Amino acid sequence: MDWIGLGIIVAKIVFFLLVGFTAAGYVMNLAERKISAFMQDRLGPNRVGFWGLLQPVADIIKLFFKEDVVTDRASKVIYFVAPMIIAFTALSALAVIPLTDVLTFFGRGMAIQIANLNVGILFIFAIASLGTYGAVLSGWAGNSKYSFLGGLRSSAQMISYEVSMGLSIIGILMIFESLRLNDIILGQSPLLWGFLPKWGIVVQPLAFIIFLTAAFAETNRVPFDLQEADAELVAGFHTEFSNSMKFGMFFMAEYINMFTSSAVIVILFFGGWQIPGISTAEIVSFFISLGASEFFASLFTILLQLGVTFAKIAFFMFLFVWVRWTIPRFRYDQLMNLGWKGLLPLAILNILATGLVMVII
Amino acid sequence: MLNEYLPILILFIINIAFAVGIIIFSHFLGPRKSSAEKLSPYESGVPPVGDTRIRFSVKFYLIAMLFIVFDIEVVFMYPWAVIFKKLGLFGFVEMFVFIGILLIGYVYVWKKGALKWE
Amino acid sequence: METMLFYFFAFVAVATALLVITRRNPIHSALWLVLCFFSLAAVYVLLSAHFIAIIQIMVYVGAIMVLVLFVIMLLNLSEKELGDAKPTVLKFCGVILSGIFMVLLADGVKVLAPQAAVSVDEKFGTAEMLGRLLFTDYLLPFEIASLLLLTAMIGAVVLAKKRR
Repeated sequence: MDWIGLGIIVAKIVFFLLVGFTAAGYVMNLAERKISAFMQDRLGPNRVGFWGLLQPVADIIKLFFKEDVVTDRASKVIYFVAPMIIAFTALSALAVIPLTDVLTFFGRGMAIQIANLNVGILFIFAIASLGTYGAVLSGWAGNSKYSFLGGLRSSAQMISYEVSMGLSIIGILMIFESLRLNDIILGQSPLLWGFLPKWGIVVQPLAFIIFLTAAFAETNRVPFDLQEADAELVAGFHTEFSNSMKFGMFFMAEYINMFTSSAVIVILFFGGWQIPGISTAEIVSFFISLGASEFFASLFTILLQLGVTFAKIAFFMFLFVWVRWTIPRFRYDQLMNLGWKGLLPLAILNILATGLVMVII
Repeated sequence: MLNEYLPILILFIINIAFAVGIIIFSHFLGPRKSSAEKLSPYESGVPPVGDTRIRFSVKFYLIAMLFIVFDIEVVFMYPWAVIFKKLGLFGFVEMFVFIGILLIGYVYVWKKGALKWE
Repeated sequence: METMLFYFFAFVAVATALLVITRRNPIHSALWLVLCFFSLAAVYVLLSAHFIAIIQIMVYVGAIMVLVLFVIMLLNLSEKELGDAKPTVLKFCGVILSGIFMVLLADGVKVLAPQAAVSVDEKFGTAEMLGRLLFTDYLLPFEIASLLLLTAMIGAVVLAKKRR
């Protein structure tokens, strides 16, 4: 490992953390409030900065300077550890997400991705499964009835939908024959019958629906936000984290998890950084034919692919907000029924059907 | 081989430092004016009643147990899925038997009403 | 570098394992065990067993330890039910017994002659490689594993479900 390589790694990590904080945390926070306001015919934040653009900054500063109340019944250590686990989980899951293809700069292959692991998708699942601890421990630590119930509900819900989520991607893995996220994206490049991109959603539509539903449940978003059903549980497992950056951590983690989920959906089902029918090499040679040098051709390509990825991700982030104001909340027994009696058998059926079709063809 | 995992290690270290740092930092930044009322757990404004550390329903245990079983089932499927094309019909029959045996359990669990949330 | 990392993670694994058995609060113990599993996963990565490493986290940390936490919370043992601290004599005996066990274990390991480092190809330890072995040579254990899982499923229901 040479020093330049190490520098590139650190630069990538900084980039991803910045994306996590700004694109996911900041922009999404503001966008959610603005879109929500629009859908409810309100104005939304409009006092801090032009058009309320600095509102999240004001919120962060406020959260930092608020009193950190540790209730006298709380389990002190876990009260501090739980939000740390949440933040760590959210940030670490970004590690394997590829935002662009591998391009050559000064003879060095580079992609905007921290680590290209051969267990790619499983890494995200493994890290995401830590989120259960954050929920159940913060519910436990607060030692309040609301937060405890919220934590329990949330963790039981997360593990229930994790099964369906894991099963739903099996079909994708069977078709693209790899766990590596880059290979899965590359596998989606051919065109079926000359016009339809071989995206995951085309070859595995049922898996997409199951995965999307499970993703909403995993990120604890409406219609599955049972753990913070505000009419029943105040704020669920964050009830006792009423102030300070601990609450900020939960908030930030939720947005970053939304970003990660959207990115995984885009990678598995919507071709990741790909523009349908155009390969990376074709884009590079297009820029070279316009008279750009090799370095700039690679640079433009990487920026273009970054833009494509972000556009696709942004659509799903918007979907998260859109659904929030469209679909009413589930009841808890309905939620568990949907997970165990609905999605689970559907996902298994999907695997067997995919297998059968692939054997016959 | 290890080079692939070095970035992960660095990322983990940075993330741990960040998570711990922010929480500790913000803990010392705010004012401290506590009173007995402020330090009591939130219970919609009335004084908290009884203990929170009650024994909770066994349903949650059951869900966690079923989750482990299905999680391990999925784990077996990952290596199968990535080489499915090479295994062909043989692989399909293998997995069919595996899923079939587990489906017996699933139907049993369903019939026993363990999946029903009361 | 590799050796250094190995010693670091091995040390963390042993230290956290010790913390697991010495902490009094069961939830703290469980959390230390989670950390222990993480460092074991890191050791697996150093052995080029990527798939096993990630499965270690997915299954042990993501599923089994969640169950353990649930059970701890389910039982909710109070300080009284946990009982008094064990007498010093017992602790002393425990240390001696585990010391003897360790010596025996070390003796057992010594029999294995030190092997020259084997270089493994790039595919080693990946899901593809594991799958090829599991679904051809070790097919029977794989199918039997499903019976084991079936037993676990039925056992859980029998234990937890009320008879009517």
